Amino acid sequence: MFSLEGITNTVHEWLNNHFSPTLALLTEFVLVGVAAIALFALLGLGLVWMERKVAAVMQIRLGPNRVGPKGIFQTTADTLKLIMKEGLTPDGADKFLFNLAPYIVMIVAMLILAPIAFAKNFQIWDINIGVLYLSAVSSLSVIGVLMAGWASNNKYSLLGAMRSGAQIVSYELSAGLSVISIVVMTGSLSINDIILSQQNGWWIFKGHIPAFISFVIFIIAVTAETNRAPFDLAEAESELTAGFHTEYSGMKFALFFLAEYINIFIVCAIGATLFFGGWMPLHIGHWEGFNHVMDYIPSSIWFFGKTIGLIFLIMWFRWTFPRLRIDQLLNLEWKYLLPISMFNLILMTIVAIMGWHF
Amino acid sequence: MVEEIGTNTEGDLIINVGPQHPATHGVLHLVLTLSGETIKKVEPHLGYIHRSIEKMCESLSYRQFIYVTSRMDYLSSHINNHACALTVEKAMQIEVPQRAQYIRVIMDELTRIASHELWWGAMAMDLGAFTPFFHAFRERETITDIMEKTCGARLTMNYMVPGGVMVDLHPDFQKDVKSFIQLYKSKFEEYNELVTGNIIFQNRMKGIGILSKEDAISYGCSGPVARASGVHCDIRKLYPYEIYSQLEFDEILDTAGDSFARYMVRLKEMQQSIRIVEQLIDNIPEGEFQAKTKAVLKLPKGEFYQRVETARGELGVYIVSEGGTTPYRIKFRSPGFSNLSALEHMVKGLKIGDLVAAMGTLDLVIPDIDR
Amino acid sequence: MFIKDYIKDVYGAVKSLLTGMRMTGYYFTHHKEIITEQYPDNRATLHLAERFRGEVVMSHDENNEHACTGCSACEIACPNGTIKIINKFDITPEGKKKKAIDTFVYHLELCTMCNLCVQACPTDAIKMAQNFEHSVYDRSKLTKKLNKDGSKLREGIE
Repeated sequence: MFSLEGITNTVHEWLNNHFSPTLALLTEFVLVGVAAIALFALLGLGLVWMERKVAAVMQIRLGPNRVGPKGIFQTTADTLKLIMKEGLTPDGADKFLFNLAPYIVMIVAMLILAPIAFAKNFQIWDINIGVLYLSAVSSLSVIGVLMAGWASNNKYSLLGAMRSGAQIVSYELSAGLSVISIVVMTGSLSINDIILSQQNGWWIFKGHIPAFISFVIFIIAVTAETNRAPFDLAEAESELTAGFHTEYSGMKFALFFLAEYINIFIVCAIGATLFFGGWMPLHIGHWEGFNHVMDYIPSSIWFFGKTIGLIFLIMWFRWTFPRLRIDQLLNLEWKYLLPISMFNLILMTIVAIMGWHF
Repeated sequence: MVEEIGTNTEGDLIINVGPQHPATHGVLHLVLTLSGETIKKVEPHLGYIHRSIEKMCESLSYRQFIYVTSRMDYLSSHINNHACALTVEKAMQIEVPQRAQYIRVIMDELTRIASHELWWGAMAMDLGAFTPFFHAFRERETITDIMEKTCGARLTMNYMVPGGVMVDLHPDFQKDVKSFIQLYKSKFEEYNELVTGNIIFQNRMKGIGILSKEDAISYGCSGPVARASGVHCDIRKLYPYEIYSQLEFDEILDTAGDSFARYMVRLKEMQQSIRIVEQLIDNIPEGEFQAKTKAVLKLPKGEFYQRVETARGELGVYIVSEGGTTPYRIKFRSPGFSNLSALEHMVKGLKIGDLVAAMGTLDLVIPDIDR
Repeated sequence: MFIKDYIKDVYGAVKSLLTGMRMTGYYFTHHKEIITEQYPDNRATLHLAERFRGEVVMSHDENNEHACTGCSACEIACPNGTIKIINKFDITPEGKKKKAIDTFVYHLELCTMCNLCVQACPTDAIKMAQNFEHSVYDRSKLTKKLNKDGSKLREGIE
């Protein structure tokens, strides 16, 4: 059966047979880096295309349909255009920070990729505090956004960045709490352990109502954390023109744009891992035959399928809802999501202690 | 004017919204004084799309000047033309045939629906929801198709002429309008599902941008903006023109005066317009569509004023005639200008997001303000 | 009851959001509702209303004859100075001088398609055509001569 695990093992053996261990390790580093960047580019292009198509159909129009079949090369053409555009730096801007900001946002997005399991035994870094690492690193991206907004020397950018700061800092709380509620059930912070604990059923089914509530809170919180509509206040187009990236153009703008989609992918991957069993196929109790059929589907397809399903959900939000106001946004977090998720955590703990889950 | 750059002496942020800004729907320029996100002052700057339509009209004959007024409030161009035609008819005491009156009223109401339809989509877009815009355009497109069939143009029709309408209705007109009414009724519930009932939308609108009845009157607001504050100001009811006095329709009034009230008034007005069209569409009398008029119109010496209800409010046309073939002086009282002046009062002390929402409910058309 | 109101609030909010999502979800799954017209591709089937005002044309019959007497009614009716009629005098076989048009100049770049010229024409010589694709690279191409070369006034029209 096709598996990504086989490929990595073959490469690993071949390198170790032909080179010294140090050189083999270094080569592997380079390969992983190249693979990560390639994945980024592909994901960015694919997700932007997907977003445009989803938006188009919901808005009863066709969407991109000129470049390539169904317009799949439209985003490639757009990227080419962006690369060729002049990267303008405004006169009054803090040039160093202005140019640094997009890379910080991008590097943070890349760092979060490390502990995510894309398929069975296919993980860049199997760290035993994977979940902690994820929530720690993902909170860094706000630095890039604040930096961009401040260094632009533009009032719209500044307002957007400040909004973004308030928003990301508050929504991290409920995102973290809903992640913890799954950690309570599994008793481990390691991504691998969390996936393995869902062998006989995903947490969203096994965890009863508390797991469902924490999933809903998680989705809302990560939508806000990635600055997506209805929480896209940082770049609220009709209020702040383009928010923190108003002054960016060309490839620097493209990096922000790309980072947004990579972040969506990553948070959805985390959601799929925690609540839908990552690469774990759908298993139902004792239906041996059914479970066997499900096992034949490669684990990478399971992972990407679930992730894209969640991404679709977030896109669906974006093209349905109007935007919140900044004070309502913070109200929602502090008056609704945080109390609910705290209460939910207690409920989850009781379920875990009493062993009521399946 | 120095304050337009940077901050003022109190350390407040000065921000220019417009003339090129996604929220201002055209070239409106607002200078905001902000303390953090809170609005302290709103100062509209006009003049970016001034074409001196009133001056232009002075050199055009009474048949010619009507087409220019389509370019003022381009979303209710029919009603603008109607107002001008009515003024000329009033001055010359031309009797308009019944059929022409029916056609004019139907066209006015269809224009009103089309205009509110676009407002609905654009306002939802101001609030960050993009999908309603396209759904609104689906229905609006049907109306513009009907207009195109009969009048020959989709936006700036120039269909009303002194004495009636330019050409007779297209044979398909009644059938098309009926199928539009059917389409509209089947889709109307979607508007409520997608926007009106949405909790985010309601929170953004309710209790925001309140304009009291007294303020609405003192700012000279008209149309849905004033009616949402409880001002009884529908010209179609107060000073009925054409056949409006024989028609059954409600003047929509609300007392809340907030953004949501303005939203609901417009939404309900669309249904009243549908009601008017339904009453008329089967009863268009046969006969002339245009009264016999002289080739060259000459208004008697004097001053003439006529007002109509456009989709935005009260439009007044004031003509001073010296007895010649062209007006001596023309003045339009456009609804958008006075409605805009109430904006600062509405949004003082609120957030930037509220400004955008309140501006959306004012339904500003900048060429109407700026002529 | 505070807790009851709180829960009711949350329930109502979630319900209203789901209603909206059901609607966009409906359109996502029903591709037949798409109303996009792919304009340059559908040129062949594009149907414009017969009254659509695209540009002013002068109709000529098979004998290359038109109905324009050169009376300048359209020129007077036009609010923008779009039309300019240049007249000449033909000598009839009987030796009389007869007025006829030399050039009917139409400035498309000034035209607002208000239809007033067509209304003013006593002989229905000009009408509105449906062509709406007027873009050119040279502005001078927008100044048109509406009467064809060698055309003359139809018999019996005064």
